[in-house]
This record gives sequence, C-alpha cells and structure tokens, in this order.
Amino acid sequence: MKTTELPRWATGFVLPILNLLSALLVAALVIHLLGESPVESMQILINSAIVNPEGLAYTLFYASTFIFTGLAVSVAMQAGLFNIGAEGQMYVGGLGITLAMLAFDAGLPAWLLIPAGMLGAALFGGLWAFLPGYLQAKRGSHVVVTTIMFNFIAASLMNFVIVKYMIPEGEQNPASRVFSEAAALPPLNAWFPVLGDTPLNISFLLAIAALVIYGVMMTRSEWGYKLKATGLNPHAAHYAGVRISRTIIVTMVISGALAGLAAVNSVLGSTHYLSLNFPAGAGFVGIAIALMGRQHPVGIFLSSVLFGALIQGGFDLSLEKPNIPQETFIFIQGLIILFCGAMENFYGPAVLKLINLTKRN
Amino acid sequence: MEDLHLASIVVSTIRNAPVLMFAAMAGLFAERSGVVDIGLEGKILASAFVSAAVAYTFQNPWYGIAAGIGVSVALAMIQAFVSITQKGNQLVCGIAINIAMSGLTFVVAQFFFQQGGRTPDLGEARLTDVILPGSAALENIPVIGWLYGHVIGGQSVLVYLAFILVPIVHWVLYHSRFGLRLRACGENPHAADAAGVSVERTRYLAMLVAGVLCSFSGAYLAIVQSGFFLRDMSAGAGYLALTALVFGNWRPLYTVLGCLMFGLFGAVQIQLEGVDLPVVGRIPGSLIQMIPYVVTVVVLAGLMAKSVAPKALGKPFVKSR
Repeated sequence: MKTTELPRWATGFVLPILNLLSALLVAALVIHLLGESPVESMQILINSAIVNPEGLAYTLFYASTFIFTGLAVSVAMQAGLFNIGAEGQMYVGGLGITLAMLAFDAGLPAWLLIPAGMLGAALFGGLWAFLPGYLQAKRGSHVVVTTIMFNFIAASLMNFVIVKYMIPEGEQNPASRVFSEAAALPPLNAWFPVLGDTPLNISFLLAIAALVIYGVMMTRSEWGYKLKATGLNPHAAHYAGVRISRTIIVTMVISGALAGLAAVNSVLGSTHYLSLNFPAGAGFVGIAIALMGRQHPVGIFLSSVLFGALIQGGFDLSLEKPNIPQETFIFIQGLIILFCGAMENFYGPAVLKLINLTKRN
Repeated sequence: MEDLHLASIVVSTIRNAPVLMFAAMAGLFAERSGVVDIGLEGKILASAFVSAAVAYTFQNPWYGIAAGIGVSVALAMIQAFVSITQKGNQLVCGIAINIAMSGLTFVVAQFFFQQGGRTPDLGEARLTDVILPGSAALENIPVIGWLYGHVIGGQSVLVYLAFILVPIVHWVLYHSRFGLRLRACGENPHAADAAGVSVERTRYLAMLVAGVLCSFSGAYLAIVQSGFFLRDMSAGAGYLALTALVFGNWRPLYTVLGCLMFGLFGAVQIQLEGVDLPVVGRIPGSLIQMIPYVVTVVVLAGLMAKSVAPKALGKPFVKSR
C-alpha cells in the first residue's frame, strides 16, 4: 500500500540530517571558492572542537549558552511566536546579573550570590520580552519586527548604561568592574582535571536540567498543552477555553527569561564582568538551534553541541586559515536556518517516493 | 538651539529617505502579492556590498548598480522559491537570508580587500550629484537659489529615481492589470485563481520587481551615501522600511511619507549629536541612535496609525482541488 505521509523516523531524523548536510555542502562550496580545502578545514575543525579534550570543554561551554538561547526560541516557537529577540534579552539579562552582583557580591556567600544573579538574569530578560509579547497579544504588532527592534534598542541602551555608569573610575575599557570570587560559577575541571584550564562550569548541568524541565513541561503539563494548542491553532485553542493573549504574554516572558539565563554562563562563568556586546550573536544561534533541533529537547541539545563545535573549531580554523574568518560561521548559521527551517520539507517528496518504491518490492 | 539648521535637516532628510523608499517599495510589491519580505535587510546588505565592490573594481558606478540588481534579484528568487514553490515559512526564510548575508558579505569583502570587511573608498567611482543648469547663477538668491541648487538639484540620479518611482509604483499597483492581479493574490488568492490568474506566476513576478527595487536601496547606501561598503552597514534599514509599510497601510504614497518621516528622524539625530539642548542638556549619542527603533515600536503598536495588512500575507497558496 502506498504511504502518503512520512513516518516519524523520516521527519524527525532523516529530513533534518539531509537538510543539515545540504547546508554544510553549500558552506563547503563557499570554502572551496575562498581557495581553501573543505576537507582539511573539516579536519581542523573536528580536531580542535571534539578530539582535543580542552577543545571539547570549550565546545560544551559554548553549548551551555546555546542550549538556553535555543530553549528560549523553542518555547516561543511552540506557541507560534517567532522570537528573534533572544540576543537583546540575553544582553539585558546580563545587566540583571551585573546589578545583582554590584549590590551583593561583597557580602553574600556563593550559594546565595549565584541564585541571585540567575534571578536577576531571568527577571531582566523576561521583562525585555514582556513588551513585545504584550504588543503582540493586545495590539497585534508582529512579534518578529518588535523583537528585532528591541535588539537594536538593547544594544544602544546597554552601550549607554555600560559607558556611562559601569566603567570603574580610572578605567578606559567599556566594561563593569570585576565581580568578587564568590560570584564565579564552579568550573567542572575541579572534578575532571582532563578538561584543563577551561571555563566549562556547572551551567552546563543547569542547561541539561533546563532541557529536562522543558521536555516534561511540553509533553506532560497542562500549561505545555495549552501553549502548543495556541501555536497550532489559536482559534481552536480559544474556543476550547485557552486565554490566548495571556498565553502569548506568559510564553514571551518565559522565553525572555531563558534567554536572560543564557547570560549566566557568559558573565558568571567566564568573563566575571559585564562587557560590551558579550552575547556575540548567541541569541541568533538560538534561532538556528530551535529550527534544527525541531524544538525537541534532544534535538536542541545535539544542535547546541554542533554549534558549540562550530564556534570553537571555527576560532582555531580562522587562526590557521585567514581566508575563513569567524564570520563564515554566521553565514553557515544562516544556511542552516534556511535549509532546516524554511525548506524543511525540501526532501520530503523524494524520501516519500523512496519509501513507496521499497514497499512495492 | 541655533545649531539646529532647518536647511540642512531638509537636505539630509531627502538624502536619507531613498534607502528606505526603494526598500519599502520593494516590500510593497512582495507583500501586496502575499509574500512577507523580512529579507529586505539581507538584500540591501548584499547589493550594497556587490555594488561597492564592482563599482570599485571597474571604477564605474553603473556596473556596480547593475551587479547589485543581479545579486538582489538572485536572493529574491531564492525567497520566492522557498515561499511560493516550497510553501516554506516566509519569516524564517527572510531571517535566514539576513543572517547569511551579514556573514557572507564580511567574508567576501575580507577575501577580496582585506580591510576588516570593508571595501576601499570608491573615490571617483562614486555616483556624482546632478548639478542643474543655472545653479551657479541662482546661488546667491536667498531661498530660491538654495531650493534650486540643493533641494531640487544637486542630488544623485538615484534620489530622483526614488521620487519618480513613487507615482509609477502607485500607477502600476492601482491602474495596471498586473497591479490588480497582484493585489488580488495578496487579498484572496483563491478568488484570483478561480478568475484564471496564476497566483504562483504573479507572486514570482512581484518578487522579481521587489528584487530589482531593493537593489537600488543597497546601491544608494554604498555608492551614493557612504562611498564604501561597511560591515552590517544596512543597520536595520530593511526593518524600518517594513515598518514604513505598516505605517503607510501598504499604500505607496503613505508608505513614502513613512520613509520621509524616518529620514527626518535620521537627519535630526545627526543634528542633535553633541548639541546642548535646553532642559535635558546634551543627549548621549547611544541614546539618539535608539530613536528610529523606538519610533518603529510605537508605530507598530498602532499608536500612530491603524493599519490592515493584505489578508493572505505570509500564507503559502495551496491550489484547491
């Protein structure tokens, strides 16, 4: 019998892999045109990001940030909202952490200080997403454009706040003062010395916990059900008694809070101070991760590790091959969004045909 | 307050607006046909880079503009393929193009020119301003000399093109057969289909026009306004153009008013920098930069105008059987 719908293993596994390979193939072509060997570049990348244990630690360090931004975009996407603003929400989240640190880091012990920082991050990130959510729910202003605008506004605002209020006296560098020792997230190399002197820290474990909570909430809770119903068909959900505007606003706030939490790893896990443009595009990587991982916790994890590896390996690659700067990976990110997001069913008909062919024989 | 020169605000409003006007008119064609064009930003950036690079290499601005059209149309066709043929998510596709172009323009600029993602100054290859005959003779007459020499005259060809295109776009949209079909596809594609109009073909054509128009925006930015390409130089112009579209209720004349409004904010912004204002004092540059984006949010919140989008906007057309 002929199948007209693709089985789950095909939509959940085969298609994403084919899409990812297409994106990487285009990237390889561009690298070839830049006069470098794609195969050799791939080897450098894998060696630096996965084989070398210190490199792997960096890969997982970046992945911890990306899991949070990926979750932020995914939660919103499940409710049918395309949150492009994770970048700005993470940036403002960093301000929340910094304010908490500047206020308390002299007195509080680490076990109180770090939760205070996380609270500040989630609060500020969530607040930054509240207005776009509110405007979408109550005024019908499209969340895509408002969140993009909020990214620009966040960039200007943070520039203003950091330069005007944060720079310690006598310093020139546009950054806040360094926080006290107690504010540093415990690094994982205390337990695994093989990781070497890397910033990989407990926020990796926090990220895994967040993935689990997200998975449970989405599949097992009433709230997750309402959220997904809103995303799939707001009219039907409304008819079934879901309060649409409330769901939209709450989802955006949670999404923003998750994006804000992504700042914890960068600010408290690595730099220990607030600096200009510290998110460095992690919010946009979150979009690619959510689309590639199909908003599934396992998918988000795997895509985050892949992007962590691309960033870490890409850094070493740019040192060895000046023709492949770090920005190449912004391009690859765009390609992945294009193939895994916009053209997700590109190979659908072909795979379906193939399945039907094998069935007939 | 005497630092705020009205004359230079008027002139720089006229010079700021074309970037947004070309992009907004491109978006007008795409969106009135039912395709969301979030990818304006990426197309502006790509055509800005290609125009600057080609104009510099051949020392000829016209080659630059032609190459810009090529790359912008190519991107528009990718968008059309994804949105129309593949029936994929149009928002995601646009964002993908914007992110990809932000990276690729830097990489290619670095590869060819090695100046940190910048092209060299265009110098002679920049498009020169048109000096109307008799400008010099009228120069000394107050108001009229300025109006003739610096507002009506003394602009680049692309500025004239931007303003000439407004009535043309209006006519095409409301008085031509193509415009009628285009609007039908954006409002009710099934009705258009039943009347024998090919929705796919019309939308492809609309995207083609959008690609051409959007390329002028990038070319203007690079070879008229700046005289070089700089990394991420579009700085949200594509999104501002979309907002002008919302502000103008997807109608050409009002949309252009929206573009002029944003151009005016840009002009005032430059004037405000480093000036002591009464009451508030000196406003820091980083806060002034925020103005157009805040205005955008206010416009989108419907606080300045109530607008209704084309009904089928963003929805892929599936032929009913």
